[in-house]
Amino acid sequence: MKITLSHITKQFAQTTAVSDFTAEIESGHLIALLGPSGCGKSTMLNMISGILPVTSGQILFDDNDVTDLSANRRGVGLVFQNYALYPHMTVMQNICFPLELQKVAKAERMERAMAMAKLVHVEELIDRKPSQLSGGQQQRVAIARALVKNPNVLLLDEPLSNLDARLRIEMREEIRRIQQETKITTIFVTHDQEEAMSISDKIVLMKLGVLQQMDVPQNLYDSPANCFVADFLGNPPINKTTGVVKDGGIQLDNGPLVHDDRFTNLKDGQRVTLSIRAEAATVTNENGNVDCVVDTTYIMGKESLAYVKLGDQRIRIYIPADHEFGEGSTLHLKLGKRGVFVFDETSGDRLI
Amino acid sequence: MMDIAKIKQQEKRQRLFDKIKPFGYLAPFAIGVTIFTLYPIVNVFMIAFQENYNYITKTYDSIGFDNFAYIFSDPYFIQALQNTFMYVLIVIPISLCLSILIAYLLNQKVKFKGVYQTAYFLPMVTSTLAVGLAWKFMFNYRSGVINYLLNLIGIESINWLQVTTYNFPALCIYGIWSILPFTIILLLSGLQNIDPLYYTAARVDGANEKTIFFRITLPLLKPTIFLVLIINTISVFKVFNELFPLFNGPGVSNNMFTVVYYIFYQFRVRMPGEYGYAAAAAVVLFFIIFIFTMIQKYIEKKAKE
Repeated sequence: MKITLSHITKQFAQTTAVSDFTAEIESGHLIALLGPSGCGKSTMLNMISGILPVTSGQILFDDNDVTDLSANRRGVGLVFQNYALYPHMTVMQNICFPLELQKVAKAERMERAMAMAKLVHVEELIDRKPSQLSGGQQQRVAIARALVKNPNVLLLDEPLSNLDARLRIEMREEIRRIQQETKITTIFVTHDQEEAMSISDKIVLMKLGVLQQMDVPQNLYDSPANCFVADFLGNPPINKTTGVVKDGGIQLDNGPLVHDDRFTNLKDGQRVTLSIRAEAATVTNENGNVDCVVDTTYIMGKESLAYVKLGDQRIRIYIPADHEFGEGSTLHLKLGKRGVFVFDETSGDRLI
Repeated sequence: MMDIAKIKQQEKRQRLFDKIKPFGYLAPFAIGVTIFTLYPIVNVFMIAFQENYNYITKTYDSIGFDNFAYIFSDPYFIQALQNTFMYVLIVIPISLCLSILIAYLLNQKVKFKGVYQTAYFLPMVTSTLAVGLAWKFMFNYRSGVINYLLNLIGIESINWLQVTTYNFPALCIYGIWSILPFTIILLLSGLQNIDPLYYTAARVDGANEKTIFFRITLPLLKPTIFLVLIINTISVFKVFNELFPLFNGPGVSNNMFTVVYYIFYQFRVRMPGEYGYAAAAAVVLFFIIFIFTMIQKYIEKKAKE
């Protein structure tokens, strides 16, 4: 099922939660709705599910306009952040419940529920109550309950945030597996960039209700549309330095001039943000793009993370683990082809 | 040098003190309960088995079941048992259903919520006697509002308080009304503890309001309902106060005896007071309530499994 969202706006009293959101989600894709808290991603999900009405705009499932349909008429399967399994029903009764409401005959109901239980690997737990299940198992049951009615779309609201770190990795792979086996168009909300990067076909990144960029994860990382996207993705976070364009280079505030062939087309005197990923700067013996002074270093195992100073501005870079640079020693830095971006300082628009 | 032995000694004393301390805090309450609750209870049990107990001299003839034999042969006590059981059987289910309905409505997003809340809270904060008198006026044969309303829907006026047949229904109506607020408050808090997410989940799956109420709300409210049932059963079995504002006693012709009124009648209305019979009736009531509570506990446990 292809989902088309066109010019969706959601207004709550004074605040605009989502504004003019337009995106197209291809059939069978797994999409991550990513953004910091309060960016409107859950609101967006609730509008797709039909729990919340849109203020303006249109939602199409394939070619059908579902904008004014209630949640149960849209055929969506919804998985809530805390699973919302009915505590008084067993796992089996929970999975059967949506079918019961559709008045599916009992034999077929049991059969379909059992098939779902097998798909999500909870077939041995069907007689238990939700309170007797672990978080991961509850999550699996919630997914089975959402999928049992053969929905057009599967929607998951922060599906992993209530799980501990190890389960989270296991469950996100499970979600990917289940999605691939069922080929169902799936949208999940998360604020965890790693989660979004690792399993989704495409990421929709939002900020303050506005779509920032929608692309495959690697493109988002390698080619961010603006300063916010570059900031949001990556661990450690991207290094941000400010400066002004001068003589085909960037003169950092209270710092050195950074030369690079890529900078020659920039307009002289423009204030910019120079963002460098930690892995994009390497130490070289020859003349690099800029010199820096070592501040502190941390051993990370296979390599070391160093805080180095460009004048007054500090950035993080990776250096070999067997380095012998003491505090205060000067290094020549070479900027790589990937992971170096220049943004307009005020608008945040990407310049390079 | 530290004196290890001395420190050990000190620590030992400190631990002992820590063990005793909680009892000090408990003492004021425990002493009060012992004197005013536990001692009387034990006493009632003892008096119930003492024949011809004399309240002044604290003497008795022998120990046995005479008091019980007497009350079970007393038509007033049999009437009291019948009235009390009927009262419980009528008031408990009706008040429960009404309170669930009202609590459910109050839990919706309604306008003038404050007005309703004040209205249902009123019986609880007003003096029983004042409210009882108000009901007496409402039940009035000629000018009461209840008969006025009945007349509006074409039913003839009923002489609630003066004709024996209607005494019991009047008592039930008043009893149901006075038990509602407390029940509603408990049920309302039970309703508010249900995560609205369950409703959303059910709605997304296509459930209508009726299905949600019977399949989600009611089962999740079950623990509160059992709590309410136990509390209400205990308090309704003790029906007594309600008799005075409505009938100034046990109905127009001694037809409205209840078990607690019978106890009151034996030691207070009769002259001289028959403390042995009163105590025996109290013990019987205790066992009735005890058995009912056990049955409810058992059902509750079964329902959980």
